[in-house]
Amino acid sequence: MNPLDVPPDPPGPFQPRTGQRGTGFLTGPLRLGTTPSATVGPYLAIGLTWPDGEWAAAEGTEGGVWIRGRVFDGAGDVVPDAMVETWQADPDGGFPSPEDPRGPSSYPGFRGYARAQTLSGEFAVHTIKPGRVPDGDGGLQAPHVDVSVFARGLLDRVVTRIYFADEAEANADDVVLRALPDDAARQTLIATPTVDGYRFDIHLQGERETVFFAV
Amino acid sequence: MTGTTSAGGLHVPRYLREPEALRTPVGFPEYRSTGLRAPLRTPVDLPHRLTEVTGPVLGEDRVRPEDADLTFRSGGEAIGQRILVHGRVLDSNGRPVPGALVEVWQANAAGRYRHVVDNWPAPLDPHFDGLGRVVTDSLGRYEFMTIKPGAYPWGNHHNAWRPAHIHFSLFGRAFTQRLVTQMYFPDDPLFGQDPIFNAIPAAARHRAISRYSLERTQDNWALAFEWDIVLRGADQTPFETDDDGDVA
Repeated sequence: MNPLDVPPDPPGPFQPRTGQRGTGFLTGPLRLGTTPSATVGPYLAIGLTWPDGEWAAAEGTEGGVWIRGRVFDGAGDVVPDAMVETWQADPDGGFPSPEDPRGPSSYPGFRGYARAQTLSGEFAVHTIKPGRVPDGDGGLQAPHVDVSVFARGLLDRVVTRIYFADEAEANADDVVLRALPDDAARQTLIATPTVDGYRFDIHLQGERETVFFAV
Repeated sequence: MTGTTSAGGLHVPRYLREPEALRTPVGFPEYRSTGLRAPLRTPVDLPHRLTEVTGPVLGEDRVRPEDADLTFRSGGEAIGQRILVHGRVLDSNGRPVPGALVEVWQANAAGRYRHVVDNWPAPLDPHFDGLGRVVTDSLGRYEFMTIKPGAYPWGNHHNAWRPAHIHFSLFGRAFTQRLVTQMYFPDDPLFGQDPIFNAIPAAARHRAISRYSLERTQDNWALAFEWDIVLRGADQTPFETDDDGDVA
């Protein structure tokens, strides 16, 4: 029999061969499944309380402001067991992070990050107003703060952004705000000035449900 | 351009989301507390820009070596079965995440939290506060010595008990790598009726369960459990174009 005289494949659906030869090299990108998220539960205060949590900018930092706010549930009640985390640029638009491709910034007294709880009825974060940050398309974003909200009853954190009412011009130009469907949605992201800084309330549900982002 | 967006010459990595079908939803009706809290509107997609790809540096000064041993607090030994919990923090590309802050909190051996709200009649342990912190080493490894937590009732439904678990909070390198999760123990009979566990899509549930680790179990001292935690990875870095015509 001629070994090169190979009979045709039998008719039928194509059956891919299972298994790969063991070269040890990956033929596709390695991809591990990420660990699923879970609620912080009601006892987050045990593990997630820091004495300096509220201080994104140290006490006495020039231009320091307090961002205060409450978190509301779908019944309009204040959520007293939530945790709010904030992350933002410094006034020059730089991040104190080695992952900033422009190099980590170092702004006196500023660490960009705060963690606050709502035990008293509201959260409070001491910070300085961020500067404008490149938007990736050659423009600049309006000053903003990224926010995570954690609580019993949230199986995953929810993410929103704080913008500032006294930055109307920059806000009108901002790529994220412009992409929102209407002005009511935009308004849920705007912090309003107060005597010592800004107020930013978060509505988890309801008529005034805050815009949350998938990141 | 794959995996990056250009920001005036800046190359910003893009972190990949787990497919929707494998992610824990924010709300799950069987977990009653989500009813008035989980947002009802679809979240708006936020493309990753500088704020999302950077993250805080939470250094060693926040963590002391003794924070990794939860079994000895207030001058005495905690009651319960000692366990060593260890593993690696990786991103979904399989790369270790060094220098990541790992915070844990948990109930004591009787299933009670040291918290004013937790007042079910199980004893408090004066030598157990349930709080631990570690920073991953250069290979992304973490470990801490603790007490195996007990199950506890939680009132979600009749005879509702939560499977034994340890809460974990992690910071990766970026805002997008932030994770709060729970580690469970193998073969827990309470999985079937726990909506917090069952909110995880079935195909991803095994990722929340630790493995009994015979190789790290310490003779005459402690059992060991291993649990690797995977944070989101960046999209694959594009290969540089080879312009010299060498295609071999």
